[in-house]
Amino acid sequence: MNILKKHNKNTGFKTPLIILVCTLLCACDALLQSKTDPNGIIYCSEGSPSNFNPQLDTSGTTVDASSHQIYDRLIDFDPVTGDIVPALATSWLVSDDGKTYTFQLRQEVSFHQTQTFTPTRFFNADDVLFSINRWRLVDHPYHDISGGRYTYTDSLNLRGLISQVKRINGYRIEITLHNPESSFLANLATDFAVILSAEYADKLISRNQKELIDYKPVGTGPYQLASFRQDRYIRYTKHPEYWREVELTDKLIFDITPSSSLRLAKLLTGECDAIALPAHSELEVIRQQENLVLDEKPGLNIGFWAFNTSKPPFNNPQVRRALGMAIDKNALIEAIYFNSAIPAKNIVPPTSWAFLADVRPLSYNPIAAIKLLREEGIPEDFSMTVWAMPVQRAYNPNAMKMAELIQAYLQVVGIQVNIISYEWSIFRERLTEGLHDSVLIGWSADNGDPDNFYRPLLSCAAIESGTNRAMWCSDEYDLLINKALQYTEISERTYFYGKANELLAEQLPLIPIAHASRYQAHRKELDGLVINPYGGVRFGGVKKH
Amino acid sequence: MTNVLLRYTNLVLVTLFILSLLSFILAYLFPGEAVENLTGLRLNELTAMQNSALMYSADDNIFVQYWHYIGELFAGNWGVSFSSGLPLYEDVGHYLPASIELSAYALFLSFFIGLPLGFIAALRHHKLTDYSLLSVSLLGYSIPVFWLALLLILVFSLQLGWFPLSGRISLLFEIPSITDFIIIDILLSDSIDKQAALISAFRHLILPTLSIAVVTTTLILRITRRSVIETLNSEFILAAYARGLTPRQVLMRHGIRNALIPILPLLAMQFPTLLTNAMIVESIFSWPGIGNWLIQAIYQQDYPAIRAGMLAVSVLVVIFTMSIDLTIRLTDPRRRRAERATT
Repeated sequence: MNILKKHNKNTGFKTPLIILVCTLLCACDALLQSKTDPNGIIYCSEGSPSNFNPQLDTSGTTVDASSHQIYDRLIDFDPVTGDIVPALATSWLVSDDGKTYTFQLRQEVSFHQTQTFTPTRFFNADDVLFSINRWRLVDHPYHDISGGRYTYTDSLNLRGLISQVKRINGYRIEITLHNPESSFLANLATDFAVILSAEYADKLISRNQKELIDYKPVGTGPYQLASFRQDRYIRYTKHPEYWREVELTDKLIFDITPSSSLRLAKLLTGECDAIALPAHSELEVIRQQENLVLDEKPGLNIGFWAFNTSKPPFNNPQVRRALGMAIDKNALIEAIYFNSAIPAKNIVPPTSWAFLADVRPLSYNPIAAIKLLREEGIPEDFSMTVWAMPVQRAYNPNAMKMAELIQAYLQVVGIQVNIISYEWSIFRERLTEGLHDSVLIGWSADNGDPDNFYRPLLSCAAIESGTNRAMWCSDEYDLLINKALQYTEISERTYFYGKANELLAEQLPLIPIAHASRYQAHRKELDGLVINPYGGVRFGGVKKH
Repeated sequence: MTNVLLRYTNLVLVTLFILSLLSFILAYLFPGEAVENLTGLRLNELTAMQNSALMYSADDNIFVQYWHYIGELFAGNWGVSFSSGLPLYEDVGHYLPASIELSAYALFLSFFIGLPLGFIAALRHHKLTDYSLLSVSLLGYSIPVFWLALLLILVFSLQLGWFPLSGRISLLFEIPSITDFIIIDILLSDSIDKQAALISAFRHLILPTLSIAVVTTTLILRITRRSVIETLNSEFILAAYARGLTPRQVLMRHGIRNALIPILPLLAMQFPTLLTNAMIVESIFSWPGIGNWLIQAIYQQDYPAIRAGMLAVSVLVVIFTMSIDLTIRLTDPRRRRAERATT
């Protein structure tokens, strides 16, 4: 003890300590004061795109990452009015019989210059021909690249609709249809009808690197892809010669953040300037923050529970009905959407003119469900899978939790549920293979035309293209939705869609759950970001102050 | 000397053998086909790869399979991830440095704070300073790391807005990855504003480093304190005083070195704890390290990734602990003497 006491006189710590504290304070000052980050916009997105070509993938993540950033279309939807407005086509003409469309193309539009490709010419008719023929002609050299599934155009059977795409001169093309179809122009304005570079495609053929066209994309859009790292980030740089006169920032970055609470936290700390899909439970928090802005619009979407009707016993409509009666839809909506959604009756939302109000929805009745299940020969302890999306979507912000609730509901009627989830792109691949019993998924429309719900979701052609998650094929249904397209009068089309709605309510290939509102949250400094009800997010014209 | 070296090499080799065997057996214990778990390729894809080098000769007996497995491990063919389809060897190579970097900074920070404080506490033994340092360290030791990390985020990121809460650097900086150690990469790169990038990287480092360092610091403090007290109570210190040295001279010449020697092996034992904590903290701060990556793999039931990640991390821990142990064995005279006495 004596010895230790002697050490108390040791005061040699003080001077270095003071110096250390001073340095630390200076360092802290430098760290806290720094606002020298380079100019750019960071958008916290919800997942990794599977490629950068929306022709190949209808997933919202892929569309967000590519459609309006990297590419342009011939025509666009005005996000506010919903009208079709000129983009790469300056004007168009529809013939009297409704079969021939002539497009006049914009001049002096340049493609991106990347590390491996320097364009030598402006955009012209060849690029349009290439972009359309890639999915239209089965023997096109690029048709089978990256899987060769053109989900969107196949599900609408546009390939069968178009009889000819003709180049009239360098800046004029003509598209001829087999029969008039009232939704054709709307389809060309969707996120999926992007224009690729034919010159780049030729370069890639000569280098024997065809698959790069979808992974190292070249387009005419406001931003060009700089780099992408799976599950981490996507970097874009400004396209210096973008044809539209809009404000662009030097760098655009998608910070891939799958957890929605983390996205919100990053928005609060300013690490993101805008976030994808704010969780419905967090909307109140965003509203209360002074430096955040929350936009809201009624959504053109549907979240549903689809049964794999190619597998017994789900091929039996009565079994599907019984399962539908076993779940309490309203409770699901309250728990998952926090009342920012309305219960769905049809597959189209009430804002659509094809909506049929007097379809009687399934009522929650577990007793009747058990009875019906036994009648149809489903034994006690029957086991099935419910596949739950690993990502959030506007139409279903938390499929996992919904699956758990459904698991509890089905337990009551004596059905064991295994919940299955994979990484998003694998999840969709296996759904297309039809490995599921049932799946919680949904659909966001790309244009205002109701055909955009009916055809991709449940037509026979959509099984092949991988958007018909119910694997349901009905000739009667296909006939109805095809008839509806042959008329231009809305009242006539409504009749056929009404019949289709009745058929769906009777057959129940899927159980519509909810139509969710769309939300978008960003910081106050960000100017010009608007909700695009017809699809992906757009950063052209968005500026940070 | 050679004897010790040989014995350690032997020990490392045996441990590594057991680890590789364990990771191989894991592929059989995980659900699904063992070949799928080993290669990361689905059976239907595998048939297309029949002729490639990436085959574990599934028809042979298990020993031959294991032999092939080891061969592939050394060749860098660790298989591919189920979920992303990327080669695991490269993935681990990208993510492991980030974890090592974070753990290293936390370890340095703990040394810089823990050692001096431990000395102060020991020199002021049974005084108020000692007691307060002890109670603070007990507090720090008892706080669960993930909770501390969340608390730091809540206060310093969300409330005060001082520090960012995720990642290694603001994504607006484009740092080419050469070594995958962010600070080194910034210093190596030349196209960007280095100062701004460094500041951004430090701002991202502070909270995660602090959350990991707290537990290690308190441990170091307590170990140091005990060791210094023991040393200062020993006879050779008394002898030094008897020779008329001042307390300062006694501490500098005899105290510090002798107090530090028994600390080091104890600290080496803290490395696994440090790495475990780092892995937890990584997933909270979205730090792109091996811990975050492994947790994602577990969540997505990505068996090849779990297997490869666990193998990489355990090999790292084994080699690190063993080499520290060996260094101490070779430098500490007392240990050497003990060895002679027994043999």
